[in-house]
Amino acid sequence: MTDGFPPEVPAPDEVTAPWWEATREHRLILQTCTRCSPGTQHPPRALCVRCGRGDLGWVGSEGLGTVDSFTVVHRAPRPDLTVPYVIARVRLIEGVVLLTRLRGREPDRWRVGDRVRVAWADLGDGRALPVFVPDAPSSHDTEKGS
Amino acid sequence: MSTGVAIVGAAESDLGVTGRSILGLQAQAVSRALDDAGLSLRDVDGIATTGVSRFSATQLADYFGLEPRWTDSTYAGGSAFEMFVARAAQAIRAGQAETVVISFASDQRSARSRSLGGVVEAHTPEAQFETPYAPLYPVSYYAMAAQRYLHDYGKTREQLAEIAVAAREWALLNPAAFRYGKGPLTAADVVGAPMVSTPLTTLDCCLVTDGGGAVVLTSSERARDLRHRPVEVLGYGERTTNTSMTAVPDLTVTGAEGSGADAFARAGVTPADIDVVQVYDSFTITVALSLEGLGFCGRGEALDLVAGGRIRPGGALPLNTSGGGLSYCHPGQFGVLLLVEAVRQLRGEAGDRQVPDARLAVAHGTGGILSTHATVVLGVDG
Repeated sequence: MTDGFPPEVPAPDEVTAPWWEATREHRLILQTCTRCSPGTQHPPRALCVRCGRGDLGWVGSEGLGTVDSFTVVHRAPRPDLTVPYVIARVRLIEGVVLLTRLRGREPDRWRVGDRVRVAWADLGDGRALPVFVPDAPSSHDTEKGS
Repeated sequence: MSTGVAIVGAAESDLGVTGRSILGLQAQAVSRALDDAGLSLRDVDGIATTGVSRFSATQLADYFGLEPRWTDSTYAGGSAFEMFVARAAQAIRAGQAETVVISFASDQRSARSRSLGGVVEAHTPEAQFETPYAPLYPVSYYAMAAQRYLHDYGKTREQLAEIAVAAREWALLNPAAFRYGKGPLTAADVVGAPMVSTPLTTLDCCLVTDGGGAVVLTSSERARDLRHRPVEVLGYGERTTNTSMTAVPDLTVTGAEGSGADAFARAGVTPADIDVVQVYDSFTITVALSLEGLGFCGRGEALDLVAGGRIRPGGALPLNTSGGGLSYCHPGQFGVLLLVEAVRQLRGEAGDRQVPDARLAVAHGTGGILSTHATVVLGVDG
């Protein structure tokens, strides 16, 4: 990969392994507490941040959400990255917020509140990183990646 | 109402591009603050510092040849020093220490040790779930907060820029400021500067400089026998909210709310009583969010509050009178220099930038990505 994204990602640990395993099949899953409602949380943890107990499982996410906020990065933190690119907080319809990248639209055309759906950036080791693209591209959108 | 503890000494180390080491700058700051107090290193039995090494206070104690009765090395970014004031006041009141030095120094400009991507610790959740996307750390988080803030309240980048413009006006009055003598800024200069992470340009971001500072605390009773008019610690509070970029539900609401409320309640004063305000300005947006959190105005009102010259020299709300992290000095963790400037203002030693009759000051630090928030209310007797 010439542009340095996606990069190498640290190996999962015993808590995060199922989440990363699902990404191999391009499935976005969320950790959920069997006692709490709503019980979803991200990133995965060894306990529920609501009740403090460890009775946790996994549910599939619809992979749909809205842009909580975003920023177009114009200065590369590493020489192998190509700017500009879009960093965002996406709020999934299940309620949790993910940090991600937005793609599939010119960087300066993104707005807070835009509807997005998950897409995947494959890692060299078979895992994949969830990124987000416009859920309903408007006519003036370009599909040029960012 | 005083906590019974006072700041009796305050000083900066050399600032800017110093070519000096972290410990060399620490030694300068601490020696100068002790000289200012009329005390010596042998009087010190408590040390609070961070950013020296993994064992920060321990390292400094060894370097100074001390075996302190009390230390604190809390690593909490730029707000650590306001937290240290609280801890030191408690330790002094409890009799665990008599004379505490709070200090910090960094050689980050000379050493070129600052990285746009920040420091990644591979065992943290952020390393798996955030760092792979390559956000600038901390800039991109503050940028997302700014983006959301401007969107929610219908404000403009030009309105936000006033915080940087006002900081420059103060810096032009402070010979120690990195931008002293560099001329004023306009809002157009700020929004037209090179973009870093939208909507923040280089001039929305703090400086990267060397520098440091120290303050000396002791009991109010002992302070009365020392060289300067004691600056009483009246109140303190803090909140710790997040390390990740996704934990906080609303980017525009920060831990400054709880931190400020606790500090003002303990001091028995309100924001309206404050004469001079020192708020960590890592970025322009940090000031807007902190002023709202502290209660100087309501949510969404900060950019109206700062408009019209109100936070500039001569304005009704003197803010960051040193020139702040934006135009005076930003050694990576600015919190100690907020305290130094508050002390100087309250003692009436601030020269051309002196706020007339300043009797009550607030210093508010933030650390990380709006991760930690700590507030100290300081005052002098009329």
